[in-house]
Amino acid sequence: MGIMEDRKMPPNCTNPESDPFYAAAEEGKFMIRRCTSCKKAHWYPRAVCPFCFGSTEWEQASGEGTIYSFSTMLRSNFTMAYVTLKEGPTMMTNIVKADPEQLKIGGKVKVVFVQTDANKVPCFEPA
Amino acid sequence: MSIKGQGYIVGAFEHPTRKAPDLSVAQIHAESAAGALADAGLTKDDIDGYFCAGDAAGMGPISVVDYMNLRLSWLDSTDVGGTSYIGAVGHATAAIMAGKCNIALITLGGRPRSEGVQTGTGQRAGNPQVADSPWESHFSPATTNVYGMVAARHMHEYGTTSEQLAWIKVAASHHAQWNEHAMLRNVVTVEEVVNSPMVSTPLHRLDCCVISDGGGALIVTRPEIAKTLKRPLVKVRGHGESWKGQMGGDVDLSYSGARWSGAAAFAEAGVKHADIKYASIYDSFTITVLMQLEDLGFCEKGQGGKFVADGNLISGVGKLPFNTDGGGLCNNHPANRGGITKVIEAVRQLRGEAHPKVQVPSCDIALAHGTGGLLGSRHGSSTLILERE
Repeated sequence: MGIMEDRKMPPNCTNPESDPFYAAAEEGKFMIRRCTSCKKAHWYPRAVCPFCFGSTEWEQASGEGTIYSFSTMLRSNFTMAYVTLKEGPTMMTNIVKADPEQLKIGGKVKVVFVQTDANKVPCFEPA
Repeated sequence: MSIKGQGYIVGAFEHPTRKAPDLSVAQIHAESAAGALADAGLTKDDIDGYFCAGDAAGMGPISVVDYMNLRLSWLDSTDVGGTSYIGAVGHATAAIMAGKCNIALITLGGRPRSEGVQTGTGQRAGNPQVADSPWESHFSPATTNVYGMVAARHMHEYGTTSEQLAWIKVAASHHAQWNEHAMLRNVVTVEEVVNSPMVSTPLHRLDCCVISDGGGALIVTRPEIAKTLKRPLVKVRGHGESWKGQMGGDVDLSYSGARWSGAAAFAEAGVKHADIKYASIYDSFTITVLMQLEDLGFCEKGQGGKFVADGNLISGVGKLPFNTDGGGLCNNHPANRGGITKVIEAVRQLRGEAHPKVQVPSCDIALAHGTGGLLGSRHGSSTLILERE
C-alpha cells in the first residue's frame, strides 16, 4: 500500500476543560493529567480523577506509546487507533505518516501534532 | 426483590417498511404502536406507560407522545443507543411492578436510509459539551473503524479469523432468505463475505449491518392483565443492564458490557445457557455478535470464532439458532437501532410464530441481547431472558 497520503483532519472542538491541552499543543507539548491523590494518570484528561474522584493536574507526557489496536478506513484514507502511552493510559488517536500494511499491534509510535482548522491535535507516527 | 415474572410482552409489531421516503418519524412510531396494540388486542386508551429512546425526535418522549396523544402516568426515555428497547422491557416491568403503570408501550422509528445517513462511515461533527468529544471527534470514530479496532484486537489476542466472523453473516443470510421483508435475502458464503470490499480493516462490507428505515413497538403489561388477553404468554424472566467505556484510559477491547448485563439477567432468570433455545444477538457487525456471545457465556472468552463457525448459529443446523429474522446483517436495522427487532423476533419464536423454516421447535426460553453506542469506545448493554408460559 505504501505510506498513505494523510487526509485533512476535521477541526477539533474544545471546552474549558480541554482548552489548556490545546494551548500547550500549539507549543508542541503533549499533556496528560494525573491525580494528586491516587497518583494515577488517565485519559481523556479531566479535572476529576476517574479512578478516585480526587483532584488532578497537568503534566507533560513523553509522547511515546505502542499501538493497542487500529483500523484503516479505506475509502476515507485514514487509520483510527488506540495507543497505550508510556505513562499508562490508552487513548483514541489517528496514526499518520505510515503504511497501514506495515502497522502492527504492539508497534512503537510517537506523538506528532497535526494542524486542523481549529487546533493542533495529537496523532502518532511510527517511532 | 426481582422483576422475574412481573411483566409479560403481550404485543409486538415490526413495521414492514425498509425504505420510507413518504413517512415521518413520528408516523412510524405511531403506526408501530397501533400494530402492537392490535397484536395484543388492546386499544390506545389502555396505554398508561411509555418508553422510547433518542430516535423519538423532540424533547425526550414529549413530542412523540403528543403526536400519539397518550395519557400517561409513567414516561421513560433512557437512551443507551440501539439496545435501549431491550432495556426498556426491563424498565417497563419494573415500573409495572412498582405500580406506576399497567400497560406500557415501547416504540422505535426512524428513516436513516431515506435521509442518506452514512451510518458506518460518515463523519460526525464535534460537540464541545459532550465529555469525550473534544478528545475524539476529530479522529473520526465513524462506527465501522471503532468496531474494526475491536475485531483487530480480538484477532490479535485470540487468533480469530475473518472466515470465522463471516460465518455469522452466513447464518443470518440463511435465515433472511425466508423473510419477505428482509433487505438482503440472498444466501451468502464465507468466501463471498471475506471477498466483499474492505470497509475498515478487518471488517468487510458484508461484516456490516444494513442501513434501513423502519420501526417497531412492544406492549408490556402485568401478569393479571396478560392472562385476560388472547395472545400466547411471553413472560419477562430476567433482565440485566450495564455499560462499558474506556475506563479512564484502562481501555480493554477484549470484552463488552454483556459480561455484566448477561450475568445479571441469567441470575435473575435462574436459567442456564443450555436452557436458551433461541438467542437474538445485536448484530451491527459480525464482531458484535462474536464478542457478545463470549461475554454472555455461550462459550469461553476467545473461543467465539470456533463457536460461530460451521453453521452453529443456523436454525435447524447449529446448537444456538440466532436472529432468525435475518437480523441487522440482512433484515433491517431501523433507525440504526436494532434493539426492538431483537425482542420482536424472540417473541415470535416463543409464540411459535417465526417463519416455519426457521422456527425453533419447543422454543420455551429465549434471550435477547444488545449493545448500544460503540462497542469499541463506550456502549450500553442490555440482556433480556423471556419464557413462554
